Amino acid sequence: MSTLSRRNFIKLSSLTGAALTLGFYSHGKETSILKMDTAGNLGVDLNAWISIDTSGKVTITNHRAEMGQGSFQSVPQIIAEELEVDLNSVNIVFAQGNSAKYGSQITGGSSTIRGTYKKLLNLSATAREMLIEAAANKWKVPHGECYAENGHVIHKPSGKKFHYGELVQEASKLTPPKHVKLKLPEEYKIIRKPIPRQDTPSKTNGKAIFGMDKRLPGMLYAVVERNPRFQGKVKSFDDTETKKVPGVKYVIPVKTSVFATFREGVAVVADSLWAAMQGRKVLKVEWDDTGFEHLNTEQLYTRMNESLKSPGLSIRTQGNAKGIFDKSDNKLEAVYETPYESHSCMEPVNCTAHYHDDMVEIWGPIQGPDWVQDFLSPLLNLPKEKIVVNMTFLGGGFGRKAFMDYPHEAAIISKEIKAPVQVVWTREDDTTQGPFRPGMVYGCKGSLSKEGSITSYALRTAGQNMDHQWLNANKEAYNNSGSEGFLETYFRSIPNYDFSDSPLDVPIPVMWWRSVYASTNAFAMESFMDELAAKAGKDPLEFRRQHLHDERYQALANKLEEVSGWKNRKKNEGYGVAITECFSTIVGEVVKVSKKSDGKIKIDKVWAVMDCGWYVNPDIIRAQVEGSIVMGLGAAVTHATHFNDGKAVEQNFNTYKMPRIIDTPEIEVHIMDNEEKAGGVGEPSLPPFAPALTNAIFDLTGKRVRKLPFSLDAV
Amino acid sequence: MASLTLKINNKNYTVDADPKMPLLWVIRDIVGLTGTKYGCGIAQCGACTIHLDGAPMRSCSLPVSAVAGKNITTIEGLSDDNSHPVQQAWITEQVPQCGYCQSGQIMAATALLKKTPMPTDKDIDTAMQGHICRCGTYPRIRKAIKTASTLMTQKASN
Repeated sequence: MSTLSRRNFIKLSSLTGAALTLGFYSHGKETSILKMDTAGNLGVDLNAWISIDTSGKVTITNHRAEMGQGSFQSVPQIIAEELEVDLNSVNIVFAQGNSAKYGSQITGGSSTIRGTYKKLLNLSATAREMLIEAAANKWKVPHGECYAENGHVIHKPSGKKFHYGELVQEASKLTPPKHVKLKLPEEYKIIRKPIPRQDTPSKTNGKAIFGMDKRLPGMLYAVVERNPRFQGKVKSFDDTETKKVPGVKYVIPVKTSVFATFREGVAVVADSLWAAMQGRKVLKVEWDDTGFEHLNTEQLYTRMNESLKSPGLSIRTQGNAKGIFDKSDNKLEAVYETPYESHSCMEPVNCTAHYHDDMVEIWGPIQGPDWVQDFLSPLLNLPKEKIVVNMTFLGGGFGRKAFMDYPHEAAIISKEIKAPVQVVWTREDDTTQGPFRPGMVYGCKGSLSKEGSITSYALRTAGQNMDHQWLNANKEAYNNSGSEGFLETYFRSIPNYDFSDSPLDVPIPVMWWRSVYASTNAFAMESFMDELAAKAGKDPLEFRRQHLHDERYQALANKLEEVSGWKNRKKNEGYGVAITECFSTIVGEVVKVSKKSDGKIKIDKVWAVMDCGWYVNPDIIRAQVEGSIVMGLGAAVTHATHFNDGKAVEQNFNTYKMPRIIDTPEIEVHIMDNEEKAGGVGEPSLPPFAPALTNAIFDLTGKRVRKLPFSLDAV
Repeated sequence: MASLTLKINNKNYTVDADPKMPLLWVIRDIVGLTGTKYGCGIAQCGACTIHLDGAPMRSCSLPVSAVAGKNITTIEGLSDDNSHPVQQAWITEQVPQCGYCQSGQIMAATALLKKTPMPTDKDIDTAMQGHICRCGTYPRIRKAIKTASTLMTQKASN
């Protein structure tokens, strides 16, 4: 897969002289569609989404990372629909980092489709209309007598046809129309279809190139011994033995930027990765670990639990939750805990860099190429255009690869050794160095009316705020994701609520982890909802439905009830439900559990219903829901990161136990059909899993699980 | 350093390597076949799985000196054109998401089907439980192994 840079695009256009290349030009709040030559004449930077050459070949630029979530398929699927081309005739290239050109490229917040689909539909329809106009002009017939289909424009009355390639020259002279008519969903031929992903074959024969597969002439390999306590300094190091290892070329100290602090380490650079690893084994480093706390897990959670008692920062309130709660005689309190977690992408963090001629070229599994440019520019003292960031396939991302520490590390090592270098984090580095999902403690309070409706609801989050880690961050700012996961409709149906936050300030780096704060908030929110239902003496699904003041939510709850057979559940079966909302998507899940012959709990089945509004590819959605549930299963019952004396305890998969095929229940996925605004797909199915599971365990055993992870065998 | 001859995908390679170097790094960094992946280095995740004389092995924990002269098959050796029934099934069931662990999963599934052409769910869970997929493609791996089994049976009866 080659990367087509803007320079190449211009070259391509000028070489063929006739390619129709359309993209967006953003000026202030306005976005217009411009042709490449017009943009060139105006001297403006144009993003290049679609280019059609004289042979009719269509090239589409994918501006987002492909880390498994399917943007590599769903972005082109949108374009091919309105452009009226066969998806298989389309060449897809990864964009390089350039936010001026593509807008934000960060693949996070489940934003790839929901952030851009309307623009993409318009752009593709514009290109189609220009090609139709070009054909009508050539035939001297009315535009209305022509239509586009499968890369051709057809004159309906005569059946005459032009291939797109025959029209690009004429079309490239036209002005893009200001308004185009988009298809109605019932007219879709490509969107809404479970079309197989184009990247699948290369991922079944070993040919897909991930970050670690990048090779450059003269490239060296590096591993880095980093301070296990995150913020410690290198006091001294002894590389006598390291330098005796055949293949080791350099041993150099490195210091990379991690939020407002620095991570220090010593890099061993060699002619093979294996040699670098052997050299590292015999390297002796003395650390200076003064000036910050060396914490353990117990201290962290004691501190978070204590902070629930102090006044918090207000996130979102309505009415008088405290007053109502204090006076109520039908009320409930509960505290929930969720663990720190490592992202543990199967492809460990790695990056390849080549610093030369006052510029740096970077290749790697990177979620935000434009973020890497922004981050590195001041650190390397290079203008952004001198930082060329190329995305490879990502062997998982989940938020970890949106952080920019590892490209920084690769760039400074390459600069120092004056050669291209691939820096690989071993699994142990990847598991112990973070940034981690922050561990959280939640304090919930709620009261009920005589009829069993929620009269007040209070949720306090205690844990690290990712935003507080940056230099000069306002540590009085509340966690703006503190209510993430809660259903929007509950904000209308619960008269008094109070979301507040007690930030924890400790030297452990934390970062987005698939579904971010919703991944932990939801456990508290939906467990507590279940506890309130029990207190009210109501069926848990019925209790939720009673608070769903909106048809869209009602429809989802009804569907969940129907597909899971909720009403017909048998004795000796535990059913649990949870419904959450994040990234503009609502997901409901029902988990069914039972007891094995040895009395231990087993998960029989999960039903998931997703309402993500307008969507592209149902099979990719199903895959994302299945995957989110498995990842949620891991965080619920198989793994957690603990700290001791300031260091992460779990180092590899022998102790950080990932969910495996044998742990995975049957999963049935349903997608709601509506034309609501597109929501996210990659993350929102993770949050409801853990509470649906523990609610099912309560249904079966009467035992409440309020702390994750827990062992299914020990319930 | 030692000079060793390795037979990978029916081709002989002479490599100069530290005899203790795991086969994984020889395959990836010396021979240049990057389809076999590094996941954990301690035989816990299965991303590095290859076949050694037909049996699935973790190449991250196999010193290269131990495999000289044996038949090594990597993902690249299954077929040139995705025509192997397991690859076909993986495409039909749209198994891969990020795809990083799938070379190892496919090599394990291929070895399973060779030994047990019609595996039960339990056979599949047992054979595949040494393989980690962070994307959570397990439900589709189960389906794909059954699809591959059907494809192979059809092929055999034709």
